[in-house]
Amino acid sequence: MDITVNILLTIATAATPLLIAAIGELVVERSGVLNLGVEGMMIMGAVGGFGAGYLTGSPWIGLLAAIALGAVFSLLFAVMTLSLATNQVATGLSLTLLGLGLSGMMGTSFVGQPGARLPNLDIPGLTAIPVIGRLLFGQDPIFYISIALTAAVMWFLFKTRTGLTLRSIGDSHTSAHALGIQVIRYRYLAVIFGGACAGLAGGHLSLVYTPQWVENMTAGRGWIALALVVFASWRPWRVLAGAYIFGAVWIGQLHAQAFGIPVPSQLLSSLPYLATIVVLVLISRNKRLTMMNTPASLGQPFVPDR
Amino acid sequence: MKKLLIALVATAAALSLAATAEAQEKLKACWVYTGPIGDFGYSYQHDQGRLDVEKALGDKVETAYLENVSEGPDADRAFERLAREGCKIIFGTSFGFMDPEVKVAKKFPDVMFEHATGYKTAENLGIYNARFYEGRYILGQIAAKQSKSGVAGYIVSFPIPEVVMGINSFMLGAQSIKPDFKAKIVWVNSWFDPGKEADAAKALFDQGADIIVQHTDSTAPLQVAEERGLQGFGQSSDMIKFAPKAQLTSIVDDWGPYYIGRVKAALDGTWKPGNVWLGIKDGAVKMAPYTNMPDDVKAMAEATEKKIIDGWNPFTGPIAKQDGTPWLKDGEVADDATLLGMNFYVKGVDDKLPQ
Repeated sequence: MDITVNILLTIATAATPLLIAAIGELVVERSGVLNLGVEGMMIMGAVGGFGAGYLTGSPWIGLLAAIALGAVFSLLFAVMTLSLATNQVATGLSLTLLGLGLSGMMGTSFVGQPGARLPNLDIPGLTAIPVIGRLLFGQDPIFYISIALTAAVMWFLFKTRTGLTLRSIGDSHTSAHALGIQVIRYRYLAVIFGGACAGLAGGHLSLVYTPQWVENMTAGRGWIALALVVFASWRPWRVLAGAYIFGAVWIGQLHAQAFGIPVPSQLLSSLPYLATIVVLVLISRNKRLTMMNTPASLGQPFVPDR
Repeated sequence: MKKLLIALVATAAALSLAATAEAQEKLKACWVYTGPIGDFGYSYQHDQGRLDVEKALGDKVETAYLENVSEGPDADRAFERLAREGCKIIFGTSFGFMDPEVKVAKKFPDVMFEHATGYKTAENLGIYNARFYEGRYILGQIAAKQSKSGVAGYIVSFPIPEVVMGINSFMLGAQSIKPDFKAKIVWVNSWFDPGKEADAAKALFDQGADIIVQHTDSTAPLQVAEERGLQGFGQSSDMIKFAPKAQLTSIVDDWGPYYIGRVKAALDGTWKPGNVWLGIKDGAVKMAPYTNMPDDVKAMAEATEKKIIDGWNPFTGPIAKQDGTPWLKDGEVADDATLLGMNFYVKGVDDKLPQ
């Protein structure tokens, strides 16, 4: 029983940063902006979170710093693509490269220093309940944020007027503009939200997952988050499912290896990617629904006529 | 227009930098790393060696490095760029740089090349390596003494000879103490991914291992051991700060003396392509202080270390291969060529070697 709980906890830890980064990017893409800089914003969040936590001794300040740094960094992307109407793909890619380099430079003095870890939730009486206690009441704070965030984004996108407006901008920015909606302002806010989420995901890496700073510590997780958004056909609950399927298969294959199952390890390592794609493609096999969910003006620059 | 201006200014700055570099007439020594120098592991230690060179030879040398160079066609460009920028001696520090270095060395006969952990040489290309397996034998012995469950978790990157050799040496060490000692092996197919390494460590602990060994480069597995109140070994550098209660010891790479010697030789004009494999006795492989273990285990580890310094090789027969067929006869010592090309497990390893 204990091992099952341990495995479930490990899966949640592995899935959380993917989920948060992907949910943020989902909102960005729903507004019609394609930000390929998730990896770069994430690593900035990681270095900012670790740095602030290390310097002040408080992982909570680290958490706030991670969010802030991710948001500020995404502002750079917003100014370039929204105000100056640069190519979103190229700008996003350069944001990733810049983030990886800049974070390495900023983090030089943090290398080889143990940092502060965000404590797990511990509610007297509840956390001690066998099995479900640790699962429901004993995880790290960012896990709860990630679940709440997913629910909030679902509610916002599909139950609020502002959410509807955001989606309409993503489908046709010219029509939205003609209706008097401030396309650029909405997109700015969406991009900054996405940046804050990516920063938080990075903070999860350097404050919970592996409390340390090392260059490139995101190791491609930003790209997995990006892929999740597309394969989940821009639906929040599918992103959640995708992140957890990825996490579960990933942890499962490690256990399979440790158990000595005679399957080539290279195949096992690629399983999480394969399984996630297959499952998400299967649940989005309805072409009409997928088309409906795809933001039609995704990636196209918008220059309002004055 | 603005972009063009920025580009022009940047080019002008780069040109003026290049001009000052040439004016000084120093020997330029360069390094190529596969990881970031901030990994606090393998590449970090190589870079410490580079800094040692700067410290020891002062203004006679100028150093430069390229980090995060992937092992493939990208590496060709990295070496060629350094050679064109006036590097006189270039160190490639990863196994996968072997073919690119051979290729580029042919193009630049006046540049001295050095390659770590490979086996191909040329007129102007020497090779060097460290006998990490010596340290891994000691780790195996300590693990067998310290483990209560009799099972170690072993996190590995890629099935190259270096890694296979390490697993074998570890198992031989462990079996010398407890003949039925087991190691569960997990391949993460990456040299460096703290998250994956941490997940692998958790999986191994959940399945009953109580000591963690790694042949990947981050401190993450040791941190997991620390959190769970279990033990493990550091990798490449002394990681005691990350796991003050969990780290038993660590195999520390010290490339400084070798690099200083080679760059000095390049300065004197006495450099020749060499083929060296340095071990504990040469100071290139060091054991971090033995901590968190009883005195008798520490004494045993020190005794083994001394035995290795005195010339004993962990790969001394009788040793059988995994399937039970004999490999080394009683007293026979494995030759370096076999070790450097090692692609089989010894008896008692509980894993199928990925091909």
